[in-house]
Amino acid sequence: MTSKALLAATALVAITLSLPATAAELTVGFSQIGSESGWRAAETSVSKSEAAKRKVTLKIADAQQKQENQIKAIRSFIAQGVDAIFLAPVVSSGWDAVLKEAKEAKIPVVLLDRDIDPSGKELYLTAVTSDSVHEGAVAGEWLAKTVAGKACNVVELQGTVGASVATNRKKGFDSVVAKNANLKVVRSQTGDFTRAKGKEVMESFIKAEGGGKNICAVYAHNDDMMVGAIQAMKEAGLKPGKDILTVSIDAVPDIFKAIAAGEANATVELTPNMAGPALDAIMAYKAKGTVPPKWIQTESKLYTAADDPQKIYDSKKGLGY
Amino acid sequence: MMPSMMQRLLQSRGLAQIVALLVILAIDRAVSPQFFDLRMQDGRLFGSLIDVLNRVAPVALLALGMVLVIATRGIDLSVGAVMAIAGAIAASLADAHGLPLALAAALGAGLLCGLWNGFLVAVLGIQPIVATLILMVAGRGVAQLITEGRIVTFTAPDLVWLGNGAVLGVPTPVVVVLGMLVVTGAVVRGSALGLLIEATGGNARASELAGIGTRTMILAVYVWCGLCAALGGVIAAADIMGADANNAGLWLELDAILAVVIGGTSLFGGRFSLVLAMVGALIIQAMNTGILLSGYPPEFNLLVKAAVVLIVLLLQSPRFANAGAVLGRARQ
Repeated sequence: MTSKALLAATALVAITLSLPATAAELTVGFSQIGSESGWRAAETSVSKSEAAKRKVTLKIADAQQKQENQIKAIRSFIAQGVDAIFLAPVVSSGWDAVLKEAKEAKIPVVLLDRDIDPSGKELYLTAVTSDSVHEGAVAGEWLAKTVAGKACNVVELQGTVGASVATNRKKGFDSVVAKNANLKVVRSQTGDFTRAKGKEVMESFIKAEGGGKNICAVYAHNDDMMVGAIQAMKEAGLKPGKDILTVSIDAVPDIFKAIAAGEANATVELTPNMAGPALDAIMAYKAKGTVPPKWIQTESKLYTAADDPQKIYDSKKGLGY
Repeated sequence: MMPSMMQRLLQSRGLAQIVALLVILAIDRAVSPQFFDLRMQDGRLFGSLIDVLNRVAPVALLALGMVLVIATRGIDLSVGAVMAIAGAIAASLADAHGLPLALAAALGAGLLCGLWNGFLVAVLGIQPIVATLILMVAGRGVAQLITEGRIVTFTAPDLVWLGNGAVLGVPTPVVVVLGMLVVTGAVVRGSALGLLIEATGGNARASELAGIGTRTMILAVYVWCGLCAALGGVIAAADIMGADANNAGLWLELDAILAVVIGGTSLFGGRFSLVLAMVGALIIQAMNTGILLSGYPPEFNLLVKAAVVLIVLLLQSPRFANAGAVLGRARQ
């Protein structure tokens, strides 16, 4: 009996503790993919701080890159009766059943960072994602503006073959190249989004293009490959950022270190702050019933040496990249 | 009598591999005319050929350990993950504690991983492919825990030297591989150890009855494999001045196994060759570098690789050589 009473008392205390201080406060469940990359870790930590800023209770479930864990997490959020669910889907298909359950429970779902198949269009409130075609275009436009009409041979370090981000970032960049006759992509190979492969591929590009003399710029689908490429250029006796221009995407801290050192020129940010706009949309939806647009596009901001890279490095390095 | 001579040549040990390597190097030269150009750059040899030797280092080290494991009729799937662990440890410790401690800790971790695999296989009798699968999966998780999922960078110059430095113009990773090859060769071929390993792989029970400590043999080869993998991991981390737990050594266990198999060592254990495993690794890397230099779209990378591997393996196959001989005779 006493143990039961104790249990009940503990439960009561737990409930009181977890009760929101004011009725207006929201609880949001966030099914995160897992720790697949530094960017993902940064997204998780930024989500926490954005929620704290708005006094929203954020419950994060780490799915360890498994869809079944995400489905379990969503079901448990529904059972807990959260006010909204954020989902960073690990794959694009297979969500219909569980999202229908959320809809029946009248819990709005917001997709973060990645979209799902069109069949699930009616099952979520909005998707907050970056436009990776646009990211590639921003990178291309920076290069076009910087070389200002001069002929420029570009080598491209692609992401993993078949990854949609890689395909889109290539497409966006190519669209700018097509409009500027002075820009020419002379070599394009995959560096699998990693530093090691970025370095290896760049070593070959340098040798194949007259020791790097024929290369005017490098475009990498992510910063990590560029960090590797910068090392390859230095080892070949070239000055990255001067002899060869660099532009890449993601805006991870280490590229700002390189920009500050004058070894890289530009990066396009894939913001880790997807939760901020999502939380704003949910709060407006809950308070006034404002239905957000189906797609909230995050800004693809360009950073160069003019943006105080050292300061950005200092502010970003604590985020878990 | 061309066919029978061909046949004998093809069956002489190591010739097929060396011919394959030379052919691939010739193709590399054809797609990229400056392939054999060498010059000095900041006290280090510089050229595509050096790239091949330098880039092969991690896989060559893995193959060096793997060939002994495979000779005992085992396999070690965890080497890629062990690379990630060792790289993560070295990168985390190098800046604060210096190279000796970082290196000792990383190699120590490799030894422990090898001991774990060896214990599962030799003592508990678990099938090698399953036993090492455990560490293959868990090991990457361990590495991610060490790095907290981020890329840990370092600046310690002596660790950077391990990846980017040179000894008399030769890149350090190449020197390390040669050193390890000589040490391993001296230990296994300078004594009866190599023979005992081959006997263990050929017939464990008969060897046991003949008085060979097969358990100790198996334990020892997994420990050596773990050590080689750890060294490979340190070099891979030193190369990019950072430990990338998500990607370091990813799928390299397959390249290492492939290198050993191309080197003519059977997955069923028994006779092995350290040098030919190195040639196998070089074949893979010469092909990789050639693909990068060729300028073909990356969608073709894996197809080209698969085709070349198939051809090299066919060249070594006695049945294929016999079939060739039969065809030749029929034509006569």
